[in-house]
Amino acid sequence: MSSGIGKSVKRKEDKRFITGKGRYTDDHRMDNQAYAAFVRSSHAHARVKGIDASAAREMPGVIDVLDGHQLTADGIGNIICGWAITSKDGSPMNMGAWSALATEKVRYVGDAVAVVIAETQSQARIAAEAVEVDYEELPVVAHVAKAGAEGAPQIHDNAPGNLIYDWELGDEAATDKGLAEAAHVTTLDVTQNRLSPNPMEPRSAIATYDDAEEHYTLYTTSQNPHVARLVLSAFYNVAPEHKLRVIAPDVGGGFGAKIYIYPEEITCLWASMKTNRSIKWTSDRGEAFMTDAHARDHVTTAKMGFDSDGKITGFKIDTIANLGAYMSLFSSSVPTYLYAPLMSGQYQMENIYCNVKAYYTNTVPVDAYRGAGRPEATYLVERMMETAAREMGMDPAELRRRNFITEFPHQTPVLMQYDAGDFHTILDKAQKAADVAGFPARKAEAASRGKLRGLGYSTFIEACGLAPSKAAGSLGAGVGLWESAEVRVNPVGTVEILTGSHSHGQGHETTFAQIVADRFDIPVENVQIVHGDTDKVQFGMGTYGSRSAPVGMSAVVKAMDKVEAKVRKIAAHTLEASEDDIVIEGGQVKVAGTDKAMAWHEVGLAAYIAHNLPDGMEPGLKETAFFDPVNFSFPSGAFICEVEVDPETGHTEVVNFTSADDFGTIINPMIVEGQVHGGVTQGIGQALLEQVIYDEDGQLLTGSYMDYTMPRAADVPFFSVQHHETPSPNNPLGVKGCGEAGAIGAPPAVINAITDAIGTNDLAMPATPLAVWRALQAASKPIAAE
Amino acid sequence: MTNVKMKVNGKTVAREVPDETLLSEFLREHLRLTGTHIGCDTSQCGACAVHVNGKMVKACTALAVSLEGAEVTTIEGLANGELHPMQVAFHDNHGLQCGFCTPGMIMAGVDMVNRYKAEGRELTSEAIRHELEGNICRCTGYHNIVKSIEDAAAKM
Repeated sequence: MSSGIGKSVKRKEDKRFITGKGRYTDDHRMDNQAYAAFVRSSHAHARVKGIDASAAREMPGVIDVLDGHQLTADGIGNIICGWAITSKDGSPMNMGAWSALATEKVRYVGDAVAVVIAETQSQARIAAEAVEVDYEELPVVAHVAKAGAEGAPQIHDNAPGNLIYDWELGDEAATDKGLAEAAHVTTLDVTQNRLSPNPMEPRSAIATYDDAEEHYTLYTTSQNPHVARLVLSAFYNVAPEHKLRVIAPDVGGGFGAKIYIYPEEITCLWASMKTNRSIKWTSDRGEAFMTDAHARDHVTTAKMGFDSDGKITGFKIDTIANLGAYMSLFSSSVPTYLYAPLMSGQYQMENIYCNVKAYYTNTVPVDAYRGAGRPEATYLVERMMETAAREMGMDPAELRRRNFITEFPHQTPVLMQYDAGDFHTILDKAQKAADVAGFPARKAEAASRGKLRGLGYSTFIEACGLAPSKAAGSLGAGVGLWESAEVRVNPVGTVEILTGSHSHGQGHETTFAQIVADRFDIPVENVQIVHGDTDKVQFGMGTYGSRSAPVGMSAVVKAMDKVEAKVRKIAAHTLEASEDDIVIEGGQVKVAGTDKAMAWHEVGLAAYIAHNLPDGMEPGLKETAFFDPVNFSFPSGAFICEVEVDPETGHTEVVNFTSADDFGTIINPMIVEGQVHGGVTQGIGQALLEQVIYDEDGQLLTGSYMDYTMPRAADVPFFSVQHHETPSPNNPLGVKGCGEAGAIGAPPAVINAITDAIGTNDLAMPATPLAVWRALQAASKPIAAE
Repeated sequence: MTNVKMKVNGKTVAREVPDETLLSEFLREHLRLTGTHIGCDTSQCGACAVHVNGKMVKACTALAVSLEGAEVTTIEGLANGELHPMQVAFHDNHGLQCGFCTPGMIMAGVDMVNRYKAEGRELTSEAIRHELEGNICRCTGYHNIVKSIEDAAAKM
């Protein structure tokens, strides 16, 4: 049918967004609304000796000034990290206390120490400036490379040397042996530049306390409102779950930054109770740079060994990871279980060992951002392959092909069992679409214009569909990572899908409707998707890690299975036929091979009128299901990037970018391609433009769009997007997830292309014109000296 | 506080507002036209783009009281009974994902098509990318936004 699985159905949700009728959190206004402004530390590390709010309290419009001692006295709990990592010596990770409003110490610039509540936003912000905080400045460590050094400032008392954990995965002895026996060993030092996710809608919260019901309502910019409610209830003691409703209305992008529960939402909820007012807080962009969880920020040394045929004999990785001043919700899992298990890439490897040391620094917490751990792993693996190929004088595509995994399921030495893939075909498609054969001619033509043209590959695999709950639990996850859905067939035959997945740009209102339209052969317009409200949707774990299709949709399919079973029973009973002969098609429920049929809506009506149901059948036609995946899903792809570098300025232009992706079954190609475009652009942003910079004092130097370079339209080309589908056997639709592949696969393709162009592998991200120019100068020095 | 009167989306509105009120705040908080979005504090992102007297202005860069008598069009006022071709093109070409930058993108798109037509210049995809320097999108990678504006330009 025209709106079913595999069709580029235009989005149902578009109209409200193109007419300005989207309703984001900040667009809401409550009766009796007041505004919060936070008093934030201007020091990266300091003892809080006193807070004097007397002047602020006298300022116009000020209702109250609240601090962390009051918050703690009211029993509001510390912010927690939800994934326990065990160090290789068996000790638990060292989680430092994080209060929503700091009491004894501040640990990064932007750490909140108090909140001003006032009648207007402007009054609150002006009064916040007037709160006097007496700080005793402490020494600062702002960079992860120095966090573990002898004598480094101690950030949390319970984390000696600022070490959070020293974790390992894999067999070190076997890997050392593999490297010792190698005919060639490539050594690579790479850094993962620190990024800020930057969804265009800044974070916002409106909390309302109803003192008669002792009930809270929170509108917030969340990717997972049920998780927010769970954490706010179970850990922060704001209110028990039945007294707390969390609504995530239209949300303007997330990319990970809106997974976590931040100090501001907790404080707004608590302040609404303290003041008996609705409390609204909306971040400005400067505040977002200062307080939204940052991402990446690794320093890694790695070695990969190859035998004389170019087969990988061992891969050893040593990484230090920056988790910032406090451990954010998923932070611990990003450089561990979302990182090291991806080190096998698309390649047959027997020996992998990865050691990760995570440290505190005096910077904003670091957590998951589009790809979360997999971009860091992929960047390392794919730069390693390209560099090794160059060192061994091999074609980089050929080196990859010699090591490709070809049989599935495939068990890697680092936990993962890959579900399905076809890496040779994907690379074939990418090479054909990118016209790799024509590259030498293009390079020569570019040279005639004085430009250096380069081509770089990235053949990657990632893990989506977080996650089998039991397996995740055994690795330290604090929650199960299933998803739930409810399918309601109304008496008139229209369908409502209530899902725990959350759409903040992904187009769920269309794609989730498509799978229902496909299954019941009804118009996509007759399907409504309900999400983002804990009072409406039964439960859910939300949207991140490209889990909405493999996990969220699978729950919908399971619920539809139950609905269909009941539809068959009702139709068989009404039409006096066998259930096995019932078929659902063309808006009808029919007896195969006869003219006996009920309209789809007549079955719905029969279920609710209940005058003639099979004996013992409950009335109604709605079913709930929970889906817990049996495995991750493993999207893979081959990216080919072509760049032209101007040797005079070091400026890089991405001239061609080709992706060939295997996302398993594709529900809506238009939407999937849009996800690839956006993901690749974020990857190009990481490779060329984006970098959060703290100075040695922990001051944030990139606090606005004047300092932090976001990819603009002129920074990226049109993209060529190819597909090859090997369905995942681990979920009913065969989907794998597509949200992060672009951001995961693109950075190494870009850097491999630039290093190909300039003839040196010594180049770090972001490859700004200055960085590329310097790399060119350094590479040409010996020649200049001759 | 100053009284300011202007025409917004064809209707005359008058409000007494603090002098420091930005047009973006005036539209969102005083007129409750929340389709104009605020995505930064440094006039880079373009989510607040509106038209003032027929030209694109970032609403965060103008004081409301400086616009006495002006004609302002916001995303809510762009459709005239039926959707504007630029709005249709964004839908047809999947030119939006989360929708937050979209009002600004659409207002910028209409403005650039109008300017290029008035000047008799061809609005190539390269020109569109150059013109979008002041509008940031984090979702789409711009591919389909450029296609949307190209598509609308052919129909406007």
